[in-house]
Amino acid sequence: MLVAKVLVKNSPSQQLTFEGHQMSLASTQSIAEIRARNKELIQEVLKVYPEKTAKRRAKHLNVHQAGKSDCGVKSNIKSIPGVMTIRGCAYAGSKGVVWGPIKDMVHISHGPVGCGQYSWGSRRNYYVGTTGIDSFVTLQFTSDFQEKDIVFGGDKKLVKILDEIQELFPLNNGITIQSECPIGLIGDDIEAVSRAKSKEYGGKTIVPVRCEGFRGVSQSLGHHIANDAVRDWIFDQVESDGKPKFEPTPYDVAIIGDYNIGGDAWSSRILLEEMGLRVIAQWSGDGSLAELEATPKAKLNILHCYRSMNYISRHMEEKFGIPWCEYNFFGPSKIAESLRRIAGYFDDKIKEGAERVIEKYQPLVNAVIEKYRPRLEGKTVMLYVGGLRPRHVIGAYEDLGMEVIGTGYEFGHNDDYQRTAQHYVKDGTLIYDDVNGYEFERFVEKLQPDLVGSGIKEKYVFQKMGVPFRQMHSWDYSGPYHGYDGFAIFARDMDMAINSPVWKKTKAPWKEDSRAKLLAAE
Amino acid sequence: MAQSAEHVLDHLELFRGPEYQQMLAKKKMFENPRDPAEVERIKEWTKTAEYREKNFAREALAVNPAKACQPLGAVFASVGFEGTLPFVHGSQGCVAYYRSHLSRHFKEPSSCVSSSMTEDAAVFGGLNNMIDGLANSYNMYKPKMIAVSTTCMAEVIGDDLNAFIKTSKEKGSVPADFDVPFAHTPAFVGSHVTGYDNALKGILEHFWDGKAGTAPKLERKQNGAINIIGGFDGYTVGNLREIKRILALMGIQHTILADNSEVFDTPTDGEFRMYDGGTTLEDAANAIHAKATISMQQWCTEKTLPFVAEHGQDVASFNYPVGLSATDDLIVALSRISGKEIPEQLARERGRLVDAIADSSAHIHGKKFAIYGDPDLCYGLAAFLLELGAEPTHVLSTNGNKAWHEKMQVLLASSPFGQDCQAYPGRDLWHMRSLLFTEPVDFLIGNTYGKYLERDTGTPLIRIGFPIFDRHHHHRSPLWGYQGGLNVLVKILDKIFDEIDKKTNVLGKTDSSFDIIR
Repeated sequence: MLVAKVLVKNSPSQQLTFEGHQMSLASTQSIAEIRARNKELIQEVLKVYPEKTAKRRAKHLNVHQAGKSDCGVKSNIKSIPGVMTIRGCAYAGSKGVVWGPIKDMVHISHGPVGCGQYSWGSRRNYYVGTTGIDSFVTLQFTSDFQEKDIVFGGDKKLVKILDEIQELFPLNNGITIQSECPIGLIGDDIEAVSRAKSKEYGGKTIVPVRCEGFRGVSQSLGHHIANDAVRDWIFDQVESDGKPKFEPTPYDVAIIGDYNIGGDAWSSRILLEEMGLRVIAQWSGDGSLAELEATPKAKLNILHCYRSMNYISRHMEEKFGIPWCEYNFFGPSKIAESLRRIAGYFDDKIKEGAERVIEKYQPLVNAVIEKYRPRLEGKTVMLYVGGLRPRHVIGAYEDLGMEVIGTGYEFGHNDDYQRTAQHYVKDGTLIYDDVNGYEFERFVEKLQPDLVGSGIKEKYVFQKMGVPFRQMHSWDYSGPYHGYDGFAIFARDMDMAINSPVWKKTKAPWKEDSRAKLLAAE
Repeated sequence: MAQSAEHVLDHLELFRGPEYQQMLAKKKMFENPRDPAEVERIKEWTKTAEYREKNFAREALAVNPAKACQPLGAVFASVGFEGTLPFVHGSQGCVAYYRSHLSRHFKEPSSCVSSSMTEDAAVFGGLNNMIDGLANSYNMYKPKMIAVSTTCMAEVIGDDLNAFIKTSKEKGSVPADFDVPFAHTPAFVGSHVTGYDNALKGILEHFWDGKAGTAPKLERKQNGAINIIGGFDGYTVGNLREIKRILALMGIQHTILADNSEVFDTPTDGEFRMYDGGTTLEDAANAIHAKATISMQQWCTEKTLPFVAEHGQDVASFNYPVGLSATDDLIVALSRISGKEIPEQLARERGRLVDAIADSSAHIHGKKFAIYGDPDLCYGLAAFLLELGAEPTHVLSTNGNKAWHEKMQVLLASSPFGQDCQAYPGRDLWHMRSLLFTEPVDFLIGNTYGKYLERDTGTPLIRIGFPIFDRHHHHRSPLWGYQGGLNVLVKILDKIFDEIDKKTNVLGKTDSSFDIIR
């Protein structure tokens, strides 16, 4: 099997030994050949579709060419019915991503029971708090719509729900109403209910969010709607002379777009504070209403997940004059680059702080690379994720000597593909936007990567095929992956996925290796 | 710095160290936190009878309900047929959720497509989505059948599946004779068990009653076979295999309707099987000729079973038969309906379960349990606990209805061990929290979400139910049959012994009872 696999390798020429196996990674393919193969692969995959669908899908698949300003794919376009898109919906983008992690607010999944049930506690947005008393992230609040609520409208029920939350969860600091599909279809006026109840409770923050699942083409519009709801129902409600409950300093920053999955925001925050900055808010992992409200006092907004929170960052820039800068805390190369970029907004004290932090963690970085790189050198990866990860994690793989040979966004826009093309992917990388089950399987089958990084719906498909896999949404229940501490975990996890002994056992010894046969026939 | 390459610390340990703890303590000042004394006061208040009363007075808000929505059940039932692709008409995010939910429980792929309706479809209806969607699915995934159900979006705007599928066929999306059964599965009616029922009925109706007017209705010619319907079941893999084994032992000709025991347990051998096993379409059609149909879960087949009965078959239903008496009833019913003898082997298996109960009964007798889950599962587990001499003190089913409540009360009243026990239909896990604080029990039986109750109330959780996300592979072992009863017994006993050990393992304090023989 190893011999068969190296035939399709496209990594640079090298020899290495691991666990006694002599692995020849001698590349027989030039970039031109890789590009031609990938283009042919796309054409082959498109053959399965009816003509109309093939034409539409062709625009989302491409082979990256060095020097181009984007990846040459269309994006943020409606998914095609019936193809098994991996995408979710606007509700998932708002409740599941942006709002859900705000810990001291109660988030009502407003509509039938399912949406809240399926998204209950599954994203691992870590937080510190007394759940059910002053924190509510891992509770499932729903209006559990019944037929009568659809027929007669749900506003009266919503009024009652808000009262019941106030009575039974008196320490909540605010409430959001996360609309599910029916809300927008039956003409409920959740804004009016929110305003009236807010007034009744003496100005309590109650945020109606119009994130019905049928809006837009993916999770992405849900992020935008959620961002706008923060603008309209939090920023615009805070009294302009409202003073923060802490003394401002010149070094106050806000972490924007880190959901603290497995503690990511914490292993990021610690670096920022070590370099001398003060983090006054986390959006939104382990975040609170007070932090959202105080963010306009920040001197700099630092933005990790550009896709889900660029909107509010731009708004704060326009309205409050707060600059924002993107950063990437995956892998030591990008972390160092990012720490320096962030420090560039501040004085020498912070710049020195950044250097000090980079220096402090260098021994850890060296030890991690020394331990794991020999086991991972030359291994190839295919990614398909959401948000920032299809590009952001590439550097971390490269720090370990690995190569990303294919990547794509579940709900990216053109500006994501621009960033990807300009800063991350190599010439010849296969690009697939809004990939579906069929396409992804064919691509992986053909390119035979050593690792696939994608989501829970993809995990078992590829593992059945004998391909090592890591979930790159939930970190496969591990993490954090952000920051230097996270990099060690990332390296360990990729190693344990790829080098697990189980992958040598997928074929019964008495059965022919069909994969080798397949490749030999080519 | 706590992190090191030699001993990599992940979230389980990393944040416990002083650096992170200090950082998190400092973060508090930006959170405008509540006064810790006030948090403590409210926390204690939520444990009181007063809070329970307010909690039970809730009329509108659901907190931690133990149920999902209809289409999940429809997808679960649909994949139980050979080569069948579930197609859910409506918003696409729902399908992403069903697939994730099923994959997290079974640790298996879950294939399903959506018609990806968006704003324009909300205005104009989803006909074009159906036409394109069926054509794409058919070409890409080469199914033998596409089973259509709906999300609440399509239901609210009133899309007519029958008409849409007919039009799609006219437009050539799929061949005219290709099987596309359908079921309306509104999320705002019932729960996932209702969706299972509707989807299964839709499929049987399709095959038996003339494929939506495109074929003659089948004429029933009774044979000696028995149909078995498993219902929505997190243990479908183990349970259906066990039922098939029992039927084979008894020599009963049978058809499992919606047999998803293979598709949720495929091997890792280099090949991804999108479809595997399942009731063949031929068998689904021929199931009309069976002598009788047995439903293992009454509340999963409230519509399907009467539909089958209308076609002239005998029908019988059980309530997730777990344990001795329930399995006895099942075996006797199978024998009676089929006219087949009960083989000696089953008597021996029964005897082994009796033996196990007798060996261990002293540890379970008189223990109080709280149970929550789907209505049939709750009933089955409560019945088993009663015959073990345990007391199923609180039995709560969010998707249990009035009829379930009445049937539960009859069951509880039938045993001296059920006297102080109550059934709670339509309640959620926040209600259960109040029950556990105000009327404590020894053990809680429920799904993964029960761990929140275990944390809050200290009641040890025995994981039986759906979904189980945080333990692996239990769905592969049956809970049905005498063997299944033994599995449940062992699960319960393991927890009981673990708890005894936990309470007696403090060196020099409690360990006089830290016995090596129990």
